[in-house]
Amino acid sequence: MSLRVDNLKVYYRTLRGDVKALDGATFTVADGEIMGLAGESGSGKSTLGKSLIRLDTRMRLVEGGVELDGKPLPIGDQDAMNAYRFKAVSLIPQYAMSALNPTRKIGKMISELLGARGVKYSEIKPELERRLDLVGLKREVLNNYPIELSGGMKQRMVLVLSTLLNPSLLIADEVTSALDVSTQRAVAETLVEFRDREFVKSMIVVTHDISLVYQIADTIMVMYAGKLAEKAPADVVVNAPRHPYTQLLISSLPEVGVRYADRKLAGIPGSPPGLLNPPAGCRFRDRCPLAFARCVEEPPFVEVDKNHHVACWKAQ
Amino acid sequence: MRRYFARKVAIYLLTFFVAVTLNWLIPRFMPGDPVLRMLTRTSVSNPDAIAPMREYYNNVFGLDVPLWRQYLNYWAELLQGNMGISVWLFPAPVTEVILDAVPYTLALLIPSILLSWYAGNKVGALAARRRWLDNTVLPLGYALTATPYMWIAIVLAWSLAIIAGIFPVAGGYSFDLQPSWSLVFFNSLLQHWFLPFLSLFLVAFGGWAIGMRNMIIYELEADYANYLEALGAPRRLIRRYAFRNALLPQLTGLALQLGVLVAGALVTEIVFGYPGLGRLILMAIQNQDFFLLQGAFLFIVIGVLIANFVIDIVYVLVDPRTRTGMTGGAA
Repeated sequence: MSLRVDNLKVYYRTLRGDVKALDGATFTVADGEIMGLAGESGSGKSTLGKSLIRLDTRMRLVEGGVELDGKPLPIGDQDAMNAYRFKAVSLIPQYAMSALNPTRKIGKMISELLGARGVKYSEIKPELERRLDLVGLKREVLNNYPIELSGGMKQRMVLVLSTLLNPSLLIADEVTSALDVSTQRAVAETLVEFRDREFVKSMIVVTHDISLVYQIADTIMVMYAGKLAEKAPADVVVNAPRHPYTQLLISSLPEVGVRYADRKLAGIPGSPPGLLNPPAGCRFRDRCPLAFARCVEEPPFVEVDKNHHVACWKAQ
Repeated sequence: MRRYFARKVAIYLLTFFVAVTLNWLIPRFMPGDPVLRMLTRTSVSNPDAIAPMREYYNNVFGLDVPLWRQYLNYWAELLQGNMGISVWLFPAPVTEVILDAVPYTLALLIPSILLSWYAGNKVGALAARRRWLDNTVLPLGYALTATPYMWIAIVLAWSLAIIAGIFPVAGGYSFDLQPSWSLVFFNSLLQHWFLPFLSLFLVAFGGWAIGMRNMIIYELEADYANYLEALGAPRRLIRRYAFRNALLPQLTGLALQLGVLVAGALVTEIVFGYPGLGRLILMAIQNQDFFLLQGAFLFIVIGVLIANFVIDIVYVLVDPRTRTGMTGGAA
C-alpha cells in the first residue's frame, strides 16, 4: 500500500467557526495507481490534495492520520513535513503557469532549490536533461527565464521539476484546467508515462473533469460536501456507479452524438449544503432521489464489491 | 538592446529640451524687472544716470533683444557651458555660483536618498516577518512619510539644536571658520550636515519601509512562493526571492520619487540655512535673478534626468522581463 489515509479531518478556521471542508476521509492508493479525485467546487477535493503536502495557514488538522509507504506522514507539523516534501510527496500546482520565480533563470532556480534540499544539482542534471527530452523541452530552457516559455512549456517544466526526485506520491491539482484540449491530452499522457517509467509511484489527479480523468486514471474517487462518496476502478465509476450522487454526476455529462437542443442535459437540482454547520447524516440526502428515513444516519464508506467503496445505505 | 537605449536617449533628450525651454520661460513670467531692481539697490542719486545704466545692464544681460532672440541666445550660450551672469551676486558668473552650492546639495541628497532607500527596504522586509516590528514600523512609517519635509526639519532644529543644543541650527559650517582642508573645518561641516540629512532621511525612510513591507507580503503570497513551500524549500530561500522581486517596484518608486526628494531637499536647505541649491533658488527668486534661477533649475533637471537614466539601466540589469521586452523574446 503506497498511501493510506485514515479518517482525515481538515477544517478551515474562520471567524464564524470551522468550515468542515474535509470531514473524515478513509481510503488507500496502491503502488502504481493513478487515482482521479473528482467532485464539484467546494467538495473538499482540493483540500484533500493540499493537506497531503502542505496545509495553508487557515487549514487545521483536526483528526486522522496519513501513512506513506508504511511510515506515518506528519502532515500537521509544517517543519517535520518539510523533509518529505518534494522527495516523498510532491505537487503539481493548479497555477503551473506562474509557479516559477520570474526573475531567476529556470536552471539556476532548480539548482538553488535542490541545493537547499541537500541534493547536488550537478549530479542530477543528466537525469533532468533526459526528462526534458522526454517531455519535448529543449535543454536550453534551463538558461531561460520563465517568461520566455509558453504556457504549455511552463506546465511541462513544472511537471519535470516536481517529479525530479522520484516521489512516492504526486498530487496533480487541476493540472489541465488552464490548458486547451490538445495540450490537456498531452499533459495527461505525460502523467501516465511518468508513472509507467516509475518516476512517480502513485498519483492523485484532482480534477472536476471526469471525462479527462477517465482516460488516465486507474481508479476514481468521488467526493461530495467534504465526504467521500464513492471510490472504484475508473470504468466502474463511469459505467456502473452505485452512489446516487455519482450516478447523477455521470448522467449530467454530455454524450457524443446526442443533440442537446432536442434533449435537455440533466443536472442535479439543488445545491450542496454549507460546510460551516453541515446537517447530520448523509450530506446528499436533500438532493437525493432515493433518500429514505435511514439517511439521517451517516452512511459508512464501505467496500460493497472488490475495490468498490460506497457511502450510501441504498448501495449496501 | 541598442534600440531600447536609443529610444531611451531620445526620450531623455526631448525631456531635456522641454525642461530647458520651460526653465527659460518661467522666470520671465514672474512679475518684476531684475534690472530695475538692481538699479534701486545701487540707489543712484542722479536721475540722468539711470537711463544709461539701464541700457548698460540690459545689454550685459542680453535683455535688449526680442524674446525669441533671447531664447536662441540662451541655447547658444548654454551649449557652450555659459549660463550668464548673476543679478544677485553681480558680476559673478552663474556657473561659478552654482558650482559652489552643488557639493552641499549633493552631499545631502545622495546619502539621504541611497541610505533611506537601503535602510527602508531592509526594515520593511524585516517588518513583514516579525509581528512586533510590524506593529511599530508600520504606524511610524505612515507618520514619517506623511510628514512635510520642512515641518520635520523645524522639529529637528528646535529639539536637537535649540533645546538639546547637540547640533548647530543653521549654516553649512561654523560662522567663525573659513573653508579649508582642515580637520576642524571638516568636523564643523559634518555637524552642520547631520540635521538636514536626518530630516530628509527620516521622511523618505518611512515611505520605503511601508512600500517594502507591503510588497514582501504580496510576494510571499505569490504562486512561486507557494510552490517553493510545497516543495519544501527553506524560508530563507523563499524570502530571498521575495525580497529581490519586491525590490523591482521599489526601484521604479525610486525613479518616481527622485523629483520629490530633490524638492524636499530644497525646502530643508532653506529651513537650516544650508548653502546649497535650495537656498540659492530662494535668493534668486527674491532678487529676480533670472539667470541664477535658470541655472539652478537646469542643474536639478540634469541631475534628475541622469539619476533616472541610471535607474533605467539598473532595472534592465535586474529584471529579465524588461530585457525580453526589448529583444522581442527568445523562445
